[in-house]
Amino acid sequence: MIEIRNLTKRFGDTVAVDDISFDVVPGRVTGFLGPNGSGKSTTMRMIMGLDWPTSGTVTVNERPYEGLRRPLFEVGALLDANAVHGGRNAYNHLLSLAQSNGIPRGRVDEVIERVGLESVARKRAGGFSLGMSQRLGIAAALLGDPGVMLFDEPVNGLDPEGIRWIRKLLRSFAAEGRTILISSHLMSEMALTADHLIVIGRGRLIADTSVEAFIAQSTKSFVRVRSPQLDELAGAITAQGGSTRPEPDGALAVSGVQISAIGEVARNAGIALHELSPQVASLEEAFMELTRESVQFHAGADAAHTPAAVGQEG
Amino acid sequence: MATQTQTQRLGGLVPGDGPILPDVMRSELTKFRSVRSTYATLAAAFVAVAALGPVQCALYASKYPNVSPHDKAKFSPAPLSLNGIVLAQLAIGVLGVLLISSEYTTGLIRATLAAVPQRRTVLAAKAIVFTLATLTVSEIACFIAFFAGQAFLSHKHLETHIGDPGVLRAVIGGGLYLAVLGLLALGIGTAIRHSAGAIATLFGILFVLPGIVGALPQEWQNTISQYLPGNAGQQIFAVHIKQYTLQPWAGLGVFCIYAAIALAAGAVLLTRRDA
Repeated sequence: MIEIRNLTKRFGDTVAVDDISFDVVPGRVTGFLGPNGSGKSTTMRMIMGLDWPTSGTVTVNERPYEGLRRPLFEVGALLDANAVHGGRNAYNHLLSLAQSNGIPRGRVDEVIERVGLESVARKRAGGFSLGMSQRLGIAAALLGDPGVMLFDEPVNGLDPEGIRWIRKLLRSFAAEGRTILISSHLMSEMALTADHLIVIGRGRLIADTSVEAFIAQSTKSFVRVRSPQLDELAGAITAQGGSTRPEPDGALAVSGVQISAIGEVARNAGIALHELSPQVASLEEAFMELTRESVQFHAGADAAHTPAAVGQEG
Repeated sequence: MATQTQTQRLGGLVPGDGPILPDVMRSELTKFRSVRSTYATLAAAFVAVAALGPVQCALYASKYPNVSPHDKAKFSPAPLSLNGIVLAQLAIGVLGVLLISSEYTTGLIRATLAAVPQRRTVLAAKAIVFTLATLTVSEIACFIAFFAGQAFLSHKHLETHIGDPGVLRAVIGGGLYLAVLGLLALGIGTAIRHSAGAIATLFGILFVLPGIVGALPQEWQNTISQYLPGNAGQQIFAVHIKQYTLQPWAGLGVFCIYAAIALAAGAVLLTRRDA
């Protein structure tokens, strides 16, 4: 359980995180979404007690991170896969982290096996590919078998097999009742992995909602209709309060009315339907739509800054 | 929350409840011994101390008949055999800085501090492990240097003996000086975080500062110079105490104060700053 209350972080004049509050609860995968520079990584660093909030509080299992003794037993994190001394081998890297929390040596071999790095465990981490470094970072997060896990861009650099592997791993952790927070810029990946979404833009909380609700609220969701009597149908739907617009291939895109209502309108008017199909916006479209709005809103108030130029890397 | 305890402890691994310092020291020892640069720098320091002084002793003994009276007056057999300390301090200083600055360079510091949010404990563990290592290496090297150097000097009956006044203290003191120097370097490295900047600062304090003070009027030099870190610390391996220099243990004490200030500044900044 992670609880964030009125969290704000300023770097000089720049507000990287602006008064955000949300909970990350056990038993589900919470996705942390936002454009680059939106404050995701800064927020994660504050959760981990690495960056100090300008104001507001973060607690992990009801305590501030710096109050945790032997925190690896409670929280595991992958914040930066490259944060390894290149001259140290993977085994010793993990061993040093394990020892710092009194975790037995045997556990190091277990996590190495779990992430599939047995063959390179005694090789210098400096020679690792990004995918191998990600696996090493994940192994470090698993050391204390913690109930809370944070992953910043965990699928970066993984091949499709690796992506499937981590997706299953995260899903299984959530199913075990752990608290999982992952950030990613890959919306399609988030759609497959996350149950719940926290969306931030320019340091402000934009959405704290389930993946389904997030997609449903997007205006990009519509119903595709084809019919030989398209003009008549458009008129009837408009009369019911729906809105229509023609699709490039001659179909009609309908929004604002339920799909069942469209069918009934057509039957009542005696119009034949050749297609009646719901078009669900992808998470990516919903995300772009929502963050664009937040960006436009802010650009109006503060035109001098573009979102890309603001804040720390997200 | 009803599920709180359950979600915290899922896997059956149970954290210990003892003090964390021994755990963190074990971790720092693993880090220390698992990179090549540790062995390279410690070996360089060892060779510098164990070889340079004895070589200088051999050269001095061989050219002794031609040595000027002025140089003969300056000759002191124990310090000459320990001359390699001046070179070894470069290696120990760099190692002390890198011990922490390399964690900032690689980003490893975040993993370290996420695992041990008690930041001062991390610094303390690094300091203890590093001091034990440097002290061991430099004490052994100093004794080898002393006995080898005296062996060369004995050909011309110029040697001194470990039981002579101040000699044992000087030989042990050589190792102490290097260990404290390492702590000064660690403190500066923690405060500055960047390898190059911290190394430049350390060597600026040790080698450039005396030059700056040397440009001052003589009376000022006489007062100030003895309190400079290098001059004060190196008194511990001097045998004949010159005018305007501190007594050996007082000098080492002053040097320890510099190291303590650097470590305290490092600890404060480490705790306050974002990692």
